[in-house]
Amino acid sequence: MNTIETHVTSYKTLGYVLLVLLLLTTITINVTSYNLMAWNVAIALIIAAVKGYFVMTYFMHLKNENRVIRAFVIVVLSLFITIFLITFIDYLYR
Amino acid sequence: MEEKSLHTEEPRDDYAAKMGMWLFIFTEILLFAGLFLVYSVFRFKYPVLFHQGALELNVTIGSLNTVVLLISSMTVAMSLTAMQKNNKKLALTLLFITILCALIFLFNKYIEWGAKFNEGLYPGSELMLKLERGHLLFFSLYFFMTGLHALHIIIGMVILSIAFIKIRKGTLHIGKYMLLENGALYWHLVDLIWIFLFPLFYLIT
Repeated sequence: MNTIETHVTSYKTLGYVLLVLLLLTTITINVTSYNLMAWNVAIALIIAAVKGYFVMTYFMHLKNENRVIRAFVIVVLSLFITIFLITFIDYLYR
Repeated sequence: MEEKSLHTEEPRDDYAAKMGMWLFIFTEILLFAGLFLVYSVFRFKYPVLFHQGALELNVTIGSLNTVVLLISSMTVAMSLTAMQKNNKKLALTLLFITILCALIFLFNKYIEWGAKFNEGLYPGSELMLKLERGHLLFFSLYFFMTGLHALHIIIGMVILSIAFIKIRKGTLHIGKYMLLENGALYWHLVDLIWIFLFPLFYLIT
């Protein structure tokens, strides 16, 4: 059997992460209710990205995950960003 | 992991199981990435109509569902922690709360979609087809993306329910809990997707 080392994430850590996520959610809802033009989109997406980071790092245990899986995550996210950039370069400068 | 199950279990490879789950998660991320790309391009082409469309969505229900999903994501992670600490009862309780949250989410979605359906707004309806192009695209994407997400909620709920039954039966235990771990990973993915869907559809107005 192939056993894997496990890092048990404490209840306390998970609880704190939830608090952070809820706080960020409140901030997004309040900030986007103001009309800041294009900044609304940027702020909402940055906050969403931070929330995503917390979910992946702590809830999905990437913090203590094997290096191969972490590298994969970075590759997939880079691919995602690249496709977005290429598409928008096309639309913006067509 | 403790080596308790070494002599009793069939040969298995937990690391491979987890790796397989991650690979599947990547395909899911790319599936939604494609949809987010479509959303962004049309939003860029029809900024005003997308803005008006977003104003018609129910922010209260959207926010409530965000909170419900975030809580459920924590409880399922805690359930795994409880399992790793061999606290079966706590693991079951937390898993039950997670499944309950999934049901609350779906119920809210039912109310939200139901209200839109009552207004005559649903894919293929006469009202929908009469909408302006940008508006039509917004609502088509809204129904498709939140619908696909809701389907993921249902699948996640089924997987977690199976884990729940297996823990009760004792076939899922501290020496063998990969199903719970992978089910939890899937549930976090569902949460992760909602984290992006929520501001894009409900908030950016």
